[in-house]
Amino acid sequence: MSEPIYQLRGLAKTYGDHCVVDVPELDIQKGEIFCVVGPSGAGKSTLLRLLNFLEPPTRGTIRFHGRDYGPLDQVPLEHRRKVTTVFQRSMLLNRTVWANVNYGLWLRGDRSSGALVDEALDQVGLKHVARQHARTLSGGELQRVALARAMVIKPDVLLLDEPTANLDPYNVGLIEDIVRKLNLDHGTTVVLVTHNVFQAKRLAHRVALLLECEIVEVAEVHKFFESSDNPRTGAFVRGEIVY
Amino acid sequence: MEIWQGLAKAVELIMNGDQALGTIVALSLKVSGIALLFSTMLGIPLGIMLGFSRFIGRRLVIALLYTGMGFPPVVVGLFVYMLISRSGPLGRLGSPLIPSLFTPEAMIIAQTIISFPLIAGFTMAAVMGVDPQLRQQVMALGATRWQGAWTVLAEARVGVLVSIVAGFGSVISEIGAVQMVGGNIENYTRVLTTAIVLETNKGRFSLAMALGVVLLALSFVANVVMLRLQGRTLDE
Ligand SMILES: Nc1ncnc2c1ncn2[C@@H]1O[C@H](COP(=O)(O)OP(=O)(O)OP(=O)(O)O)[C@@H](O)[C@H]1O
Ligand SMILES: [Mg+2]
Repeated sequence: MSEPIYQLRGLAKTYGDHCVVDVPELDIQKGEIFCVVGPSGAGKSTLLRLLNFLEPPTRGTIRFHGRDYGPLDQVPLEHRRKVTTVFQRSMLLNRTVWANVNYGLWLRGDRSSGALVDEALDQVGLKHVARQHARTLSGGELQRVALARAMVIKPDVLLLDEPTANLDPYNVGLIEDIVRKLNLDHGTTVVLVTHNVFQAKRLAHRVALLLECEIVEVAEVHKFFESSDNPRTGAFVRGEIVY
Repeated sequence: MEIWQGLAKAVELIMNGDQALGTIVALSLKVSGIALLFSTMLGIPLGIMLGFSRFIGRRLVIALLYTGMGFPPVVVGLFVYMLISRSGPLGRLGSPLIPSLFTPEAMIIAQTIISFPLIAGFTMAAVMGVDPQLRQQVMALGATRWQGAWTVLAEARVGVLVSIVAGFGSVISEIGAVQMVGGNIENYTRVLTTAIVLETNKGRFSLAMALGVVLLALSFVANVVMLRLQGRTLDE
């Protein structure tokens, strides 16, 4: 874990004159699970949208696969397609489970046998619902389908925006296991946004605390939770920053 | 004239495939079908554009569209009449592309104008009804702009179909405009609605009722199709 996959330099996003993300410098390493924690409205989702190239930054650049992408740069499809996001709301298409998981392959013109789809559904333990319509699933199943749909395209980077908020502990556990396994087996870089500091503790290699658009600390997970010198991190970990 | 007697004769006419009846039904379907084809070709792209993108003048176009959706057809008839009558601004050109008054083509124009705001309006509503975050999710999965647009449209498919059915319902049962610009000429521009008025005035109730039954059946089928499609959106 030494080679960065993302290098953020002077990166800022503002809506009007409201600063939402302001990151002078941050590297995210290839193959790590990087957690971003912070209170509501801190800019976590916005940071993920920037990392998925869904919006351009207002200032600064993101270096990705050898190129710097700034406010005016068009990110080529080939690079955009190396990253994907699973959102808190599963956002499945009004189709069968199988068609949903196949969607990313279909976008890429991959009309192969569908073995990849079956495999991805198997990995999330939902092979048996493949032919069902997505609307018939439970919340936890929906989110696992969303995860399978992201995994099937074998992204270099998987962005997760509070993927387990509102789920029961059983499904939270399943999803965490899937993410951990994906990271181990395929070296997929994971950037996970979560409200839940315990989840960060369970999954992360490194943790960043985002407060009011700024990253106030980035540290190895143990350091972050046990021996941070930053008083604000300490307060957040102890649950003293109320949100 | 007993209503039941009339109804019995009407059913007899329909069952026997009465020729006068058949001509009128065929002409109605032809005129409204072609009008529907045109209004779909105009209305769906316009609805998609309004639903998807933000541009200057969009709100004005939407306001005009809503006005068009509630426009009295007879006013559309008057408008088309004035435009293409021999002294009107288009009729005066004498171009072969401009249909004359009292032709099926004139009726098609009027019905196209009547139905396309409905189709565009319903299509726009369907596209706007798709969760904006779904678009973002689709882009995050690596869609191009076109693939993204296509996927959102596919999500709105039921609403788009409903818009076409609503458009059909609006023109097949309309009378004011077709009467004005078509003139109700036998075997040429006489359609279901205008024929019903005429036959009733002439006292030929059985034919009028037979026509009425066919019209009712067509509207009924259109509405059942629409309800079933809408039911699917509610269920889904
Ligand atoms: N498209 C937008 N236009 C204007 N303001 C926005 C937009 N998106 C986000 N914001 C603002 O940016 C700030 C950060 O939003 P963001 O969604 O990134 O926060 P978050 O950390 O993900 O919060 P939460 O934990 O509640 O999801 C908020 O104040 C929000 O109102
Ligand atoms: Mg958020």
